[in-house]
Amino acid sequence: MVQYTNAALDASFAALADVTRRGVLEQLGRAEASITELAEKFNMTLTGMKKHVGVLERAGLVITQKIGRVRTCKVGPQRLEEATAWLEKYRQLWAARFDELDQVIEDLKQSEKFAGRKPRE
Amino acid sequence: MKNRTTVERKSDRELVVTRTFDAPARIVFEAWTQPDLFKRWWGPKSMGMALLSCEMDVRVGGGYRLVFGPGLEFFGRYLEVTPHSRLVWTNDEGGDGGPVTTVTFEEKDGKTLLVMSELYPSKEALDAAGTGAAEGMVELFGQLDELLVTLGASAGRV
Repeated sequence: MVQYTNAALDASFAALADVTRRGVLEQLGRAEASITELAEKFNMTLTGMKKHVGVLERAGLVITQKIGRVRTCKVGPQRLEEATAWLEKYRQLWAARFDELDQVIEDLKQSEKFAGRKPRE
Repeated sequence: MKNRTTVERKSDRELVVTRTFDAPARIVFEAWTQPDLFKRWWGPKSMGMALLSCEMDVRVGGGYRLVFGPGLEFFGRYLEVTPHSRLVWTNDEGGDGGPVTTVTFEEKDGKTLLVMSELYPSKEALDAAGTGAAEGMVELFGQLDELLVTLGASAGRV
């Protein structure tokens, strides 16, 4: 479980106490978006959306990056950790499969040796 | 000592797995293309998984179907079959968003370097397959719910 300081906890709860901000977070969970796009999607002014994103950003739930004149928002570090965890699970599955494949291959090598014939081409 | 399996997110829409096997390519290839052999390792047992059935028609245009259990089936078609060096197949169980899998077998000094790539049609398709965007959000909110309960309980004690 992630250790939260009281301040961070307050920030997270405050950020999620608002229905629009929860919507924004869900939206960013599906795809990155600019503040302009989010404002349009949620029928808000640019200034209003900037405030919401600011609250989410201070809580660490969202990160933003300015490229040229566009500020892009995506889900914050917590989500990135999930992505890494998933990749590790995927690796473990393949490692487990391949360790068993080693055994199958070893058996094939043995039976070829045993048969004492030239390998099939 | 087991050889290491590595995984890399090569691009927005591609995952690559690599592993070396201590055998010539023709043997490794055989284990990927003979259903009775394939069934023995694709499970895998160490993860508590096992294939109930495995049908493979390994030729260009041929189909395959792997069944783990009711409702848990994987199927598709072979796009390329080059003996001992290359296999390409589709993954159709999830509809259009499924990746194309390419496996290459490269033999060197009696060992085989295996490279398996899964190329998704889009970044979104890979993300959906992997992190499960919606699932991630449920988890995040679940964690906060837990925190709320914990906090509520400790507040009650004061």
